[in-house]
Amino acid sequence: MSRRSEAAVLTPAISARDHVKGPADAAVTLVEYGDFECPHCGRAYPIVKAVQQAMGPRLRFAFRNFPLRESHPHAEHAAEAAEAAGAQGKFWEMHDRLFERQFALDDEYLVEYATDLGLDAQRFAKELATGIYAQRVREDFRSGVRSGVNGTPTFFIDGVRYDGSWELEPLLAALKQQTAATR
Amino acid sequence: MKPLVPGTRAPDFTLGSTPAQTVSLTDYRGRPVILAFYPADWSPVCGDQMALYNEVLPEFERYGAQLLGISVDGVWCHAAFAKDRKLRFPLLTDFEPKGEVARRYGVYRTGDGFTERALFVIDGDGIIRWSDVSPIDVNPGADGILRALDALVPEARPV
Repeated sequence: MSRRSEAAVLTPAISARDHVKGPADAAVTLVEYGDFECPHCGRAYPIVKAVQQAMGPRLRFAFRNFPLRESHPHAEHAAEAAEAAGAQGKFWEMHDRLFERQFALDDEYLVEYATDLGLDAQRFAKELATGIYAQRVREDFRSGVRSGVNGTPTFFIDGVRYDGSWELEPLLAALKQQTAATR
Repeated sequence: MKPLVPGTRAPDFTLGSTPAQTVSLTDYRGRPVILAFYPADWSPVCGDQMALYNEVLPEFERYGAQLLGISVDGVWCHAAFAKDRKLRFPLLTDFEPKGEVARRYGVYRTGDGFTERALFVIDGDGIIRWSDVSPIDVNPGADGILRALDALVPEARPV
């Protein structure tokens, strides 16, 4: 019927507003919509790392927030914390820290991580308390819903939702296949 | 069994939503209704789909749309499931006669005894405007629903 003909496509495409790792002219782009408190995303985290390692500069990776606030009470603030760290140039450091310390995401820990990462903790705490990145997180969430995100994590390969397994081997195979197809 | 197609009048129904309450489709005349048939409470994929829609409720509300989940589970099962997942929309029980409403929408799986994973967007006059049946193990997400609502209530479409 109507939806099946319209593949779930990433909207909007990756732009300067996104947190991106890897070269803009990489052979393939992987986007994750994730939730820092989601156990599946926690399990996907080292897999994505391994994929980045294996693909090197052939891969561009972007992360967008998709906090499931009803299921995960810390997810929204954790997402805002990553954005607040991003505002001080350390999005990825905080992204990694949050996934590695998924079991400790209360606000006081978030501020502790900011301090550990050498951020201006006072500014960070204030920005977290006033929720100035809530709008940005919501934009990510809405773009995910529009793009067909159906749970966390949801991955897009070159803008098309990837419905296959995200275990290391199949995910890597899908990325390599896409690289070959676009060469 | 063929799902009802857009342009068809949505069959009316009255189903239990809690042990003490019922919901009728006609209760929502004048606003869009999203009917989400799903196979079962508690199964992992269903849980994800209903939990996702729970998170997306504010987006549906922009269009004035009411979301209704429907499965063949009983009302006490729904109550426990809704509480566990903190759902903020009604789950209707198509329990007796089992799957009767799903049959009328053409989305009952006779051999299995549960419904397809099927979505219907119904306009304020009670006409089906969009429908979709997913593979039983695939969470369809909410993008199709939102596109249907865009077409139905263009002024509410986010810029």
